[in-house]
Amino acid sequence: MEFLTAALPALGEAAGLIFQPVVLGYLVLGVVMGLAIGVFPGLGGIAGLSLLLPFMFGMEPVLGLALMIGMVAVVPTSDTFASVLMGIPGSSASQATVLDGFPMARKGEAARALSAAFASSLFGGLVGATFLTVFILAARPVVLAFGLPEMLMVTILGLSMVAILAGRIALKGLAAAGLGLMVGTIGEADAGGSLRMATYEIPYLTDGLKLVIVGLGIFAIPEIVSLLRQDKSISRTATLGGGWLDGVRDWFANIWLSVRCSLIGVAVGVIPGLGGSVVDWIAYGHAVQTTRDKSQFGKGEVRGIVGPESSNNAKEGGGLVPTLLFGIPGSGSMAVFIGAVALLGSGDIEVGPSMLKNNLDITYSIVWLLALANVVGTLLCIASSSGIARLTTIRFTLVAPFLFMLIAFAAFQSGQDLFDLVALFAIGLIGIFLRRFDWSRPAFLIGFVLSNPAETFTNQAYQIAASRFRRGFEEGIEYIFSPIVIVLLVVTVVSIFFGIRQAKTIQAEGDVQSGTKRAPLVFLLLFTAYLAIAVIDASTIPDDVFTDKVFPLTIGAISVLCCLLLLFRMMTRPETDTIFADKEVSGDDAEAGHGLWPTLAWFGGLLVLSAVFGFIIALAAFLLAFFRMRAGLEWGRAAILTACGIAFMCLVAGLLNRDFPPGLLQSLVELPWPLT
Amino acid sequence: MAVKSKLVRCLAGGLVAAAAAAMPAQADMSGKTVTWVIPFSETGGSAKWANFFAPLLKEALPGKPTVVVKFMPGAGSTKGANWFQRQKHKDGTLLFGSSGSTQFPYLLGDRRVRYEYKDWNPVMATGTGGVAYLDKKSGAMFDGTANKLKDIEFIYGSQGATRLDLVPLLAWQMLGMKVEPVFGIKGRGDGRLMFERGEANIDYQTSSAYLAGSMPLVKAGTAVPMMSWGALDANGTIVRDPTFPDIATFKEVCEATDGCATEGDAWDAWKAFFVAGFPSQKIAFLPRGTPQDVIDTYVTAFNKVKARPDFAKISAKRVGKYPMFVGDGAKAALGTATSVPETAKSFVIGWLKEAYGVSLKKK
Repeated sequence: MEFLTAALPALGEAAGLIFQPVVLGYLVLGVVMGLAIGVFPGLGGIAGLSLLLPFMFGMEPVLGLALMIGMVAVVPTSDTFASVLMGIPGSSASQATVLDGFPMARKGEAARALSAAFASSLFGGLVGATFLTVFILAARPVVLAFGLPEMLMVTILGLSMVAILAGRIALKGLAAAGLGLMVGTIGEADAGGSLRMATYEIPYLTDGLKLVIVGLGIFAIPEIVSLLRQDKSISRTATLGGGWLDGVRDWFANIWLSVRCSLIGVAVGVIPGLGGSVVDWIAYGHAVQTTRDKSQFGKGEVRGIVGPESSNNAKEGGGLVPTLLFGIPGSGSMAVFIGAVALLGSGDIEVGPSMLKNNLDITYSIVWLLALANVVGTLLCIASSSGIARLTTIRFTLVAPFLFMLIAFAAFQSGQDLFDLVALFAIGLIGIFLRRFDWSRPAFLIGFVLSNPAETFTNQAYQIAASRFRRGFEEGIEYIFSPIVIVLLVVTVVSIFFGIRQAKTIQAEGDVQSGTKRAPLVFLLLFTAYLAIAVIDASTIPDDVFTDKVFPLTIGAISVLCCLLLLFRMMTRPETDTIFADKEVSGDDAEAGHGLWPTLAWFGGLLVLSAVFGFIIALAAFLLAFFRMRAGLEWGRAAILTACGIAFMCLVAGLLNRDFPPGLLQSLVELPWPLT
Repeated sequence: MAVKSKLVRCLAGGLVAAAAAAMPAQADMSGKTVTWVIPFSETGGSAKWANFFAPLLKEALPGKPTVVVKFMPGAGSTKGANWFQRQKHKDGTLLFGSSGSTQFPYLLGDRRVRYEYKDWNPVMATGTGGVAYLDKKSGAMFDGTANKLKDIEFIYGSQGATRLDLVPLLAWQMLGMKVEPVFGIKGRGDGRLMFERGEANIDYQTSSAYLAGSMPLVKAGTAVPMMSWGALDANGTIVRDPTFPDIATFKEVCEATDGCATEGDAWDAWKAFFVAGFPSQKIAFLPRGTPQDVIDTYVTAFNKVKARPDFAKISAKRVGKYPMFVGDGAKAALGTATSVPETAKSFVIGWLKEAYGVSLKKK
């Protein structure tokens, strides 16, 4: 009853606020801008919101909210384009979508994959909003029930998805996740500030690697390089099958999966501190476990799209709970959003605990603007999906240089440092070899994403538990084994148990043949060497900052152990064993017209040129040379395409007020923008 | 663009020369773009601060140039500050915003610091205050002194001992309290959440966050305010925080508590870092080599912002109710924020090493 008396009038007021032509107009404007920005990998909501900030000052609150929410809400929708069409994870929300979305695009079913994804997104967004409308009034105690042990368990549940995605050899998946976790510890430790695998001489490393760069390096670069070597189009078939209507039907056929994953999305989104980084993997794992025939996962199973896409938009709604109720941003874009709301109107709306009491109508407006933005954004996306899907039929050699351009630009935006490009290249190399030798790339990425939460939550929960145990044994046990922890523990154990049994049927990289021993062995040795060095490095951290070393030491030691077991298996098995999987033996890569190194050298060339002449000059030279020499176009067309690329890049950077990577040249002479 | 700005600069220079005798130098900045560089990400408090002032500054500068805020995060803001150190005056279109997190590594002699505050030209500074509070149980033991708090095991969610958290941690240590910091939280909001969940039993928030997030807890009876850090009066003495006149300052609590002294190395160190971290927390700078007329232009503009009839109202919620220092005031604020006696510095460095094992890599 209490809910009805408080919520219904506020809901009515919210409807009155939202359903005005001018508000809807601003919403659509925000949606269109959000779609345009979300299509770019690695830019996302923060870039868009920063663009809007100067206009927020003193703006009519509901108009400003409509504009901002329109923009934020559709980013997880529109970044699906890059994930499905190019295999580029646009943001952390669309990593799992790559796994099945991109294979569908390669089968010529891009439009179908896209519209299934969009329909799921829309549905997830609506489920999220409905759930929130009721839940937000009662959410406070639920959020407070999630202490550090509970958050640690959710993180571990996320990590347990590695079991499903481990690939044919479970140990390899485990080692890949271990490497991801170790790469995630690079830089200054959160607790005591000790350096891990970094030095103050290279300040870039002290901040650690950014998710954008790792995501692009692990997923995008290997796919782009592989496709480029084959010199075909993304879609293997010339005619595109599967229109957008098929995708919507696919979604409808899996509506219950969509419902469940939406609820997973809301629930995980509500927990502050985890953000959206695990949601799509948990949803993907759930989709796999509830599918009878698992053989198609990783090869273009539509349920692998419906699951994560339903959850990632629902998560946005869930993420509003900590943001609105506690003033604690669930994500980077929510942090900017909180700051921007303070600029609106006369500054009276303050995101935080007082929001529900003083501005329940505004709270509901935010929730339903989010839902509405999802509807508008999805309809626009579905309408354009058939057209955009044709991109997959273009000869890839003409698309690839633009993709290199985009990912280099996106990577640079994460740290505005030339080292961003170096890191992208280095991670890209790791990605290429993980792919070639059939090590699970999703496992690596999950490890990387969850490295920091796993480490901090472990250390913090340990510290607090120790203090509780000093007060009394019972109090300590109560703290660690709360009912939520026990439930999560059971779910995790069950999901690992079934995951390992199922992992063999899910071959994300397809059926990779084995052949020679040498290359896989050399890679494993390098892999082990890095881990061993990282462990030795961690052991040199002094003992009085024990919290900084215990995590990399433990994880590193376990990973090294996995590697040694793998090494042993390599020594005892014949070269036809699956452990020697190598894409260069047979299949697309082996038959490709171009070698790996010359192809990669093109991208490397772009980076080296950037370091010397700055990005724009380097880009001009790279594009022109590539179109002329690699793609074999005549000079005229090559020049036109180059000019288009440069103009486009300048337009985007100009609008978003972004810089390009400068090179040596720029440190010597001052040049006008965009050459700076 | 370069040609155009050169032209504008020539014209502006000519105008200045011609009008110098008649009126205070005011370079017209119409058509230019002022870039305000913040060495943090888009999501932090400094972003909020700059985003609030940017549109007001635009209105107040002669010719209403576009003012854009640019973010250059990295290495705990030392990356951006080192970059700014390398910039020289060009045409007065570069502004830099530093914060307590930029000042602390400078004071502690962090080896990543390659910048020198004395080279820069402060034009505006704003500050904040802070309030520490206890949970219900230990709050009942608090009687204006920390005497009865000394045997309680406190847990505090902290971002790191070398950050702004240094001020509360040192204060509690001086009071003889046993506070165990749980490091690795991502912001003070997370610290408050940890307190609300009952995992931490002591916390502190800056003024605006306290008003918005912790005051409701105090009203509900789940939190008890312990002390504020105080504010500085014109003579540089610590007095009660005008925002919290009813809450005793750390100075008062320390004086009343057995074994806590408001003189000596520990106190000097605490006060120095308090001043750098709170009353003059955020400062806007022009780069080195900026001529006086450009500095005056910005000082006049910020004074105009301060004199807006609605300034008190619009700034209260967005940046706090603390005084905004402009021109000489900002210079004085910078002076107190960056001059810390050597003995105080080495005290803090020794204490960090001893208490938390944090060894600062000195230059």
